[in-house]
Amino acid sequence: MPHSLNSDANPVHHDVHESVYDGLLVNDAHWAFGTDFEDPLAGVDTTVPDGVDPAELATYCLMLADDALIYSQRLSQWISCAPDLEEDIALSNIALDLLGQARLLLARAAAADPSVVPALPEGSPVPPEDALAFFRGDQEFRNVRLVEVENGDFAETIARLLIFSSFRLAVLERLSSHRDAVLAAVAAKGVKELTYHRDFAGRWFLTLARGTEESRRRLLTALERLWPLTSELFDTHPVEASVGVDPAVVADEVNVILEQVFAMSEVTRPTASPLAGVQHRKGRDGLHTEAHSLLLAELQVVARAHPMGQW
Amino acid sequence: MNILEKARAVAATVTDPELPMLTLEDLGVLREVDLDERGHLVVSITPTYSGCPAMATMRDDLVHRLQQSGFGDVSVKVSLHPAWTSDWISERGRNALAQHGISPPGAAPQGPVTLSLLPVRRAVSCPQCGSDDVSLTSEFGSTACKAMYRCRACLEPFDHVKEI
Repeated sequence: MPHSLNSDANPVHHDVHESVYDGLLVNDAHWAFGTDFEDPLAGVDTTVPDGVDPAELATYCLMLADDALIYSQRLSQWISCAPDLEEDIALSNIALDLLGQARLLLARAAAADPSVVPALPEGSPVPPEDALAFFRGDQEFRNVRLVEVENGDFAETIARLLIFSSFRLAVLERLSSHRDAVLAAVAAKGVKELTYHRDFAGRWFLTLARGTEESRRRLLTALERLWPLTSELFDTHPVEASVGVDPAVVADEVNVILEQVFAMSEVTRPTASPLAGVQHRKGRDGLHTEAHSLLLAELQVVARAHPMGQW
Repeated sequence: MNILEKARAVAATVTDPELPMLTLEDLGVLREVDLDERGHLVVSITPTYSGCPAMATMRDDLVHRLQQSGFGDVSVKVSLHPAWTSDWISERGRNALAQHGISPPGAAPQGPVTLSLLPVRRAVSCPQCGSDDVSLTSEFGSTACKAMYRCRACLEPFDHVKEI
C-alpha cells in the first residue's frame, strides 16, 4: 500500500525508528480492516439463562463452533484452486460465513464458561475465541468427523457441502428459538447464510449428477466415500440432548431434503455402513481422524509459535 | 437538536467500508445511538453477515467520527438480534447503490426456508443500461452480501446485493 505508507512518511522520523516498518505500527487506521480485533460480542448480554448449565452450554457451543471452524478451514483450502473463479469465490464466501459463525460461537462458549478457554502466558493479548481456535489440542475439538476429512475433488466438496449444510440448517432453524438469546441470535443469522450454502450445493449436485459421464461418476464415488461419515451427524450426544437440539430429531427432515436432491439427480441413496467410533467415541467426544490433526497443525502453527503475538 | 439527535446525525454520516456510497444508516447497520447510565455514548451496530470482516472498521470509523465531533467517550456495541436483513437498506441507500452500478436487493424471503434447486429468479435489471435481459453468474461475489450478474444487452458485469 504505497499510498498509505507515504502518508505517514517523514524523512526526519527515520532517525528515531528502529526499523523501516515501525511507522506501520503508529497508526493502523489506513489498513483496510484495522489490526485491532474487537470482542465479537461487545456489549451483548452473555448472562446464561436460568435453568441452563453454563458448562453444558459452553460445550454445546464448542460443538457448533468446531463444525463451522474446521469445515471453514477445509473449504479455505480451495481458495485459488477451484475449477473456476466463480466457484472459488463461492467456496471462500461460504468459508467466511462459517468462520464468522465459529467466532461468535467460540466467544459465546468462552463467555458462558471461561474454564473452557486454554491458559495462555501471562499478559498474552490472544482473545478467548482465538485461544479456543488455536490453542486446543485435537481431542478437545468437538466437531463431527464429516467436516474434517480431506476435500477430495470438486464433486466430493459439493456432496459434503450438501450433506453438512442441510444438517446445520435444520439444527440452526430449531436453535433460533433457544432459551439462550445469544445462541438463538447467532443461529437465526446462520439460517439465512446456510440457505444460500445449501442451494449452492444442491444446484451443483444436480449439475454434476446430470452433467457428463465423468462428473456423474465422480459425484457417485464421492457420495459413497462420504456416506459412512453421515450417520454420525444424527448420533445424539448427551450434551446436545440436554442443552441443544437433539440431532436425531432433525434426521427425517434432512433426509427429506437429501432425497429431494437425489431424486432430481437420479441418484440412489447410498447404503454404506457408518464409520465406527473407537470404544463408542466419535467426533463429538473428541475422537478424530488423522486428517483432523494435520488440518489443525496448519491452522494453529503460527499462533502457537507466537502466544504473545498481536495480530 | 439534543445531544442524542446530534450524535445520531454524526453517526449517520459514516459510510460502509465496502460500499462507500452507502452510509451505515442507509445500510441499516446503524441501530441505536444512546447514552449509558454514566452518560457515555453507546452506538449499536448489527453485522450484515456473521463473518463480515468490516465490523472492526465500522466501529473504528464511528468512534473516530464521533470523537472528532466532540463526543469524548464513545463505545460501539454489537446487536445480534434481530438479525440484519437487506430489507433494512433505505430507499436512499437503494438509489445510491443503483447510481453506482450495483443492483439493489428485492424483498427478503419470508417464512419457512425452502430448498431451491433452480437458479434464483429475481426481477433484476442492469444498473448500467436498464435492460432486464440479465443472467446470474454466481450467487457469491466480491463481498458476502453480493451476487454477480452479467447483462446480456450491454455485456457489462454487475453486482447485485443479495436478499437476506
